[in-house]
Amino acid sequence: MAIAENINKSNGGDDVMRTADGTPLKLSLQRAQRRQKQRTFFLVVPLLVFILFSFVFPILNMLTRSVEDPQVVSYMPNTLKALEDWDGESLPGEPVFEAMAQDFKIGRENKTIGRVGKRLNYEESGMRGLFNKTGRRIDKIETGPWKQAFLDIDKKWANVKTFTIIQRHDSAYSASYYIAALDLKQNEQNEIVRQDEERRIYVSLFLRTFGVSFLIAVLTLLLGFPIAYLMANLPLRYSNLLMILVLLPFWTSLLVRTTSWIVLLQSQGVINDVLVAMGLIDDENRVQMIFNMTGTIVAMTHILLPFMVLPLYSVMRTIPPSYMRAARSLGANQFVAFVRIYLPQTVPGISAGAILVFILAIGYYITPALVGGETGQLISNIIAYHMQRSLNWGLAGALGSILLLSVLVLFGLYSRFLGLRGLKFG
Amino acid sequence: MKTKNLANALAVAGFGVVLALGGSSLAKAEEFTAVSWGGAYSASQSNAYIKPYMQANSDVKINFEDYSGGLAEVRAQSEAGNVTWDLVDVIYTDAVTGCDEGLFLEIDFDDDLARGRDGSRPTQDFLPEALGNPCFIPQIAYSTVFGFRKDLVSPKSIADVFDLEKFPGKRGLQKVPTYNLEWALIADGVDKADVYDVLSTPAGVDRAFAKLDTIKDSVVWWEAGAQPPQLLADGEVVMASAYNGRLFAAIEEEKQPIEMLWDGQALDLDGWAIAAGSDHVDAVKKFVRFATDTQRLADQAKWISYGPLRKSSLPLVGKHADLGIDMAPHMPTKYADQGFWTGFDFWADNKDELSERFNAWLAQ
Repeated sequence: MAIAENINKSNGGDDVMRTADGTPLKLSLQRAQRRQKQRTFFLVVPLLVFILFSFVFPILNMLTRSVEDPQVVSYMPNTLKALEDWDGESLPGEPVFEAMAQDFKIGRENKTIGRVGKRLNYEESGMRGLFNKTGRRIDKIETGPWKQAFLDIDKKWANVKTFTIIQRHDSAYSASYYIAALDLKQNEQNEIVRQDEERRIYVSLFLRTFGVSFLIAVLTLLLGFPIAYLMANLPLRYSNLLMILVLLPFWTSLLVRTTSWIVLLQSQGVINDVLVAMGLIDDENRVQMIFNMTGTIVAMTHILLPFMVLPLYSVMRTIPPSYMRAARSLGANQFVAFVRIYLPQTVPGISAGAILVFILAIGYYITPALVGGETGQLISNIIAYHMQRSLNWGLAGALGSILLLSVLVLFGLYSRFLGLRGLKFG
Repeated sequence: MKTKNLANALAVAGFGVVLALGGSSLAKAEEFTAVSWGGAYSASQSNAYIKPYMQANSDVKINFEDYSGGLAEVRAQSEAGNVTWDLVDVIYTDAVTGCDEGLFLEIDFDDDLARGRDGSRPTQDFLPEALGNPCFIPQIAYSTVFGFRKDLVSPKSIADVFDLEKFPGKRGLQKVPTYNLEWALIADGVDKADVYDVLSTPAGVDRAFAKLDTIKDSVVWWEAGAQPPQLLADGEVVMASAYNGRLFAAIEEEKQPIEMLWDGQALDLDGWAIAAGSDHVDAVKKFVRFATDTQRLADQAKWISYGPLRKSSLPLVGKHADLGIDMAPHMPTKYADQGFWTGFDFWADNKDELSERFNAWLAQ
């Protein structure tokens, strides 16, 4: 009845389809869709808020910290102002030292001068001690001449380099943490040059991290492909058993899996004991398989294997067996059929698994820390060191930002050349 | 039905009010949080300081928590303006860093600490090495010292640690530059008193790394204090640097065939530091005054073999609470002349640079 009426109305009146209450259908549909959208939005609000606080905010915080450099600007404003007219080559004159004496006295009272010293110590060892010592002594001196007073306290104040370093921090933001994170440094002429050879560490650690992650992605592919193939093609009762065997370690605590590798691989461990008992090696020459790079690679490959197997399996299950049979019946042998028909169809699974394993491996921390010894450490371990031990959060932020950026770049290249259309997990 | 629900609701609300009121009256009792290293060390502090203090002051509640060292949490709390750790047990170098950064409160030794049992002022009673930083409230001296398997090797000096021909086998060393560089120089013939002078020169640093190079392939690097006694007990290494308290436990409590080599021991300090943003500064200071008096510092040695930093406490060091052995011969301060005091200022200035170089050297 109502519909009929409606049609009548719309036919008679203005050519617009209307609902029972007379509103145009288009409008009513829009409203309904908006309501639907709002409902969906409210459902994901908790997740959005969670991501904002646990992901977006910390990343922004990390990025800010990596460029923030507020200490000298905030706590030595007079000195910086006095240094504006300095030629940068000869030792500054009395006005600079007088301004500095002011800053030191205020900084000593507010206990902030130590922060400046600690910050500058990252650039030049000994600055921390120089600032603390000077702060203590200058406090007791009432009147100038200040230049002589500073020189009496420590002869490092006669060093032009000290002032170059102070002046370099005349902005609250600087790239100096990034310079350090790339094994570079600024010399006395403020040119960026390579860090002394025995102090270069971060670039090689980045390269090592990428290399190890790539190797682990390849290893998990080689090991995971046959497992996923069996799981996708065996009768259900066998494939279920295999699935459980894949998932069981996946559900086991990361620490348990890592430490069980220690039990197996250490020089007094199960594998070495068996090799010695079989007479393959002497007791004196046990194989060092852990607390080095080998340990890191073995343990991480094992731990990340499910992340390769599961995407592969989910793709392989959708490949109809009839394609292979068709290829065979058209004359291809087993190998050709596999390479030309089966393998190309698994590419979405391979690329999904590889990118997943690679990205997880790049940020891996606890496993290399436990089994990596000194040669199996990755970049995340040095980031943790600067967070927890050296308290150089700016450098940790810069290293983290570089890591984030390189992952994004690699991800962009990857999706451009290999495509991630088939990306699905589980 | 409805009225019954209402009555229930009222009853619950009333109970809640009572609880809240009761809670607020309880909250008058002073409560603060102290953190320390955990394990046997925290246990000794709990026995010697925390429990007796809470028994004597029933209105004070101290939450005693564990942490793994470092200042990351302290700084995070300070930056967030939400200081929950009021009192932190720190090694001396962390107290210095925290003091530079304004994370810890400076104290006045003579005003804030108790006089010695003999009436001497704290600045006279504490060892002079212990009073170098105004944020550091001295507690004990510990040392990093070599332990060796007495059934396998018999080193007599630090030079023997670096002598692979005389004593073949792996060495356990801590994965930090601190002390390893000093020991390398001492083994290379530098006098203990001159170590930091030599290390302050680029040539000295090169010399130390060159000496470390000679044993690099035979080193197992440790990070946690529990590792070296275990490495020694398992025979993974024949000698290892370790905290003297851990070695004491392995030798005396677990009866492992390990012996200490006091030669070249590196003395270091551990103590309290008060968080600058704490809401309970007065209560914390009162506790600290109690916990660093003559008797209490001597008491701690009943549970762990670390040496009290008050001269007046030393004669009071008695027997171990469980083992019943005399603790005085196990105090590292007794063998101070065989070792050296950590160069705190040297490391505060050079740790960033030398750690980078050390890490680069390790990764080679």
